[in-house]
Amino acid sequence: MYVLPLSQLDALFETIGSRGPLYIPVDNNSGKADFKRWENGVQMSKALKTVRSAKDFFFPKTENLVNFKMNGRKIEVEDPRKELEDFVVFGVRACDAASFAIVDDVYINMKPVDTYYKNRREHGTVVTLACTDPAQTCFCKLYDIDAADPKGDVSAWMADGNVYLQPNTDKGNRLIDSVKSLLKESDSKVVESQQNVTREKISNLPFVKLDLTKYSGENMLKIFNSKVWDSLSEACLGCGTCTYVCPTCMCFDVRSFDTGDGIKQFRCWDSCMYSDFTKMAAANPRLTQKERFRQRFMHKLVYYPMDHKGVKSCVGCGRCLESCPIHMNIVKVIKTIDETPDQPEGAK
Amino acid sequence: MQDNKISSQLVSRAKELLSSGKVQLVIGWRKGLFDYDVTPSLFTTAEDIENNFVYNEWCGANLSKYLVKETRKIETAKDTVRMNNKMAKMKDPNAAEQPEPQAKILVFLKPCDTYSFTELLKEHRINRDDVYAVGIPCDGMKDPEKKELSERCTVCKSKKHVTYDELIGEDGSVQDSNRFDMVEKIEAMSPDERFAFWQGELSRCIRCNACRNVCPACTCEHCIFDNPDSGAAQKVAADDFEESMFHIIRAWHVAGRCTDCGECSRVCPQNIPLHLLNRKFIKDINELYGPYMAGSDMETKPPMLTWTKDDANPGVVNTRDTAGATQCNCNGGR
Amino acid sequence: MKRPTNPKEQNNMEKDALIPYIGVITDIRQETGDVKTFRVVGRDGKKLFEHIPGQCAIIEVPGVGESMISITSSPTIPDYQEFSIKKCGCVTTWLHSVEPGQEIAVRGPLGNGFPVETSFKGKNLLFVAGGIGLAPLHSVINYVRAHREKYGKVMIVYGSRSKQDLVTYKEISEEWMKEKDFNVCLTIDKAQPDWDGHVGFVPTYVKELNPDPSYTVIMCGPPILIHLTLAGLKELGFKDTQVFTTMEMRMKCGIGKCGRCNIGDKYVCKDGPVFSFDQLGELPPEY
Repeated sequence: MYVLPLSQLDALFETIGSRGPLYIPVDNNSGKADFKRWENGVQMSKALKTVRSAKDFFFPKTENLVNFKMNGRKIEVEDPRKELEDFVVFGVRACDAASFAIVDDVYINMKPVDTYYKNRREHGTVVTLACTDPAQTCFCKLYDIDAADPKGDVSAWMADGNVYLQPNTDKGNRLIDSVKSLLKESDSKVVESQQNVTREKISNLPFVKLDLTKYSGENMLKIFNSKVWDSLSEACLGCGTCTYVCPTCMCFDVRSFDTGDGIKQFRCWDSCMYSDFTKMAAANPRLTQKERFRQRFMHKLVYYPMDHKGVKSCVGCGRCLESCPIHMNIVKVIKTIDETPDQPEGAK
Repeated sequence: MQDNKISSQLVSRAKELLSSGKVQLVIGWRKGLFDYDVTPSLFTTAEDIENNFVYNEWCGANLSKYLVKETRKIETAKDTVRMNNKMAKMKDPNAAEQPEPQAKILVFLKPCDTYSFTELLKEHRINRDDVYAVGIPCDGMKDPEKKELSERCTVCKSKKHVTYDELIGEDGSVQDSNRFDMVEKIEAMSPDERFAFWQGELSRCIRCNACRNVCPACTCEHCIFDNPDSGAAQKVAADDFEESMFHIIRAWHVAGRCTDCGECSRVCPQNIPLHLLNRKFIKDINELYGPYMAGSDMETKPPMLTWTKDDANPGVVNTRDTAGATQCNCNGGR
Repeated sequence: MKRPTNPKEQNNMEKDALIPYIGVITDIRQETGDVKTFRVVGRDGKKLFEHIPGQCAIIEVPGVGESMISITSSPTIPDYQEFSIKKCGCVTTWLHSVEPGQEIAVRGPLGNGFPVETSFKGKNLLFVAGGIGLAPLHSVINYVRAHREKYGKVMIVYGSRSKQDLVTYKEISEEWMKEKDFNVCLTIDKAQPDWDGHVGFVPTYVKELNPDPSYTVIMCGPPILIHLTLAGLKELGFKDTQVFTTMEMRMKCGIGKCGRCNIGDKYVCKDGPVFSFDQLGELPPEY
């Protein structure tokens, strides 16, 4: 483990930032935090988490896929990608860091590989930052994510006026090597005692002990057919807020834009909550908001785990609890299904 | 005062109206996991209301828009029965007529919500007979993140309930608010400063459409942004240009109908102060066509839908803006 | 088989599945009033890629749109691939207006295809199709013909609105009907003077023909045809595990990532579009 004084944080950012893009959480003019590119003078935010998750770096809200030029009856195809610069993201919390594996499993591990995403993942070095003051809306522990020991290429802790850094991967080692001159070696005693305090706080959070055992493939149709979806979805506006702030939501749309000089084909974030998500010329299998609402939560709690060894497509970051305009969220869904008498029992 | 006393008054009145059969459905706010995450909800039983209904300082959600969908359901049910009766009568003139299902919805409306309600009635989006509106008092709603009074409540325009069947608590009056202060501040900026301000704000937009979906003025059956043939979509476009255009287009579409309820800014996950765009329109309409507040009564003809010979000519905006104001360097785009 | 690269090799980025091949339409045949068959090869004159019967491709017309279309030719044809396409939307209308020599963008092969080398091997096969639904089955039928000895008896029940709407009628009457142990039963909805074959809807015809439950059934057509035929087959003793269909769902990426075609734990573009009815029975009824 390595350490440097907190007062040297700017020097650390400057050294990293001089080699390539560095992104840190920064307060914006509405008082919330978002990842911004570090520049001299930019201060890191003290917020618990950013409004949008770190998925933006690997799965941006819009991305040019391919360019076409029509030349009479011929079509020219151009892959518009340029060699990406290596970049560093500093200050990613454990929840967002855990979400990368969930998205990787679909975009990289399921063939064919999404090379756009993979390329960004390969060029990005993630420095995670341990939490010390979780919010009441946090429940990462429900999914066995340890906010006091975040994964990532380098893990960082801020304790006792110092920043402690622990490289975990080759990329992490290379990053540490590049700033070695600023660091001293250290034992992990201070970090461990902070971790104990944080873990104690986390175990007292209200939603870390929900029962998720009933969300299995065998119970899929029973949960699907439950009557609770009517009341859960009645106020849903069908906007995409939950989807877009969620670190594990990864649906996209492929669209075209006529630049006047050719066609730009791009992909953009999409939400299963939108009315046209499954609309076909002939019919729409999800005609009302209830079906769409149900789809999102069934996917997160049942369908994704069925294909991915039981891992839920949720990291307990609590963003949906904070951002939903009408305050519906995955915790309310889980609790409502829990409390409905005809629901299947979880394994005891 | 939205303290416990008022909340329990609402609860007992709702239970009363439900049990007496005067209403069949109640739209109100449901308790959440904490005190601040109340959800707009339908209640159909007295028990549910007793256990889960709440009215507190976190009930910012404007319930009037839900009436569009709910009254439509009632009217469709009535239409279906009427049609079935007609078809039955065609087969057999002595066929018994099924009674039309009568249903009334009880909705609780804060003063600002009653403006949206009135505007929706004016636009024939809600069937008045299907609604039993109860006006409730409001001392301002809090922002769940900042835990202080929402900006929109600090410049509250009116404590008056415009349309209601019944009032709980006292009625209030139109307030002398300075809600155009921030608008004036932006107007006073140079064009370049103003552009930078809005670029900074609107660049955070993720096209979630929460603002459009919550807005009581946005009730188009088929929104232009949901129409693939329009060239625009309800999601992020190839570049950032459309993020800004979407909000300006939407502000134009609701101009003259926006009741300044402030929901758009409340729901924005990126905290973009969208209501300022709408307030600018309201201010301009006041100046160019005379003071007008959408939803403040059922009679006044909306200025954007009526034309008189004395209406301001299009050129007046250019004259007003160029008189004494600094020119920007865009040269009219040339 | 090595996937052909595009003539304009860009940077050394790994080729992504979302970037299409460029295909050239070399032949267009009018099948019926609103169905044409398009023959497509790469710019090098060879097939764009190999495929399994039942797989599809997304045909993209930049600036117009894109559409998931079944590959109707059998993979046993070495030199080209064909798509039988019905004119019913922007992309298909555009395709119907072009001449041979036109280039299109193609992404494929997509989907799981029919289990021609596994579940179908050695079995008697009953193909049931309506209208343009014959297109995905066309590929399987010709594959079976090319490997005749691997499969048992073949019965084909195919119906359309009228004789003029029977797709690939020439091939059916001149080749399929002459195939060994091929029982081809055509039907049209309403009688017409130049037709002396069966008249009636496909589900009814299937019941009349009374196939025995030794057949593995492959169906494709309008939903109502599928529902009624399946009901009829069940009455005749067929089980869900032996009836296959190819599903239609809104798709975009075609490779199981964008989430649009997700039903239950399956992605129709990747785990389908071919499913047996017992597999469909395990999914939430959202199709």
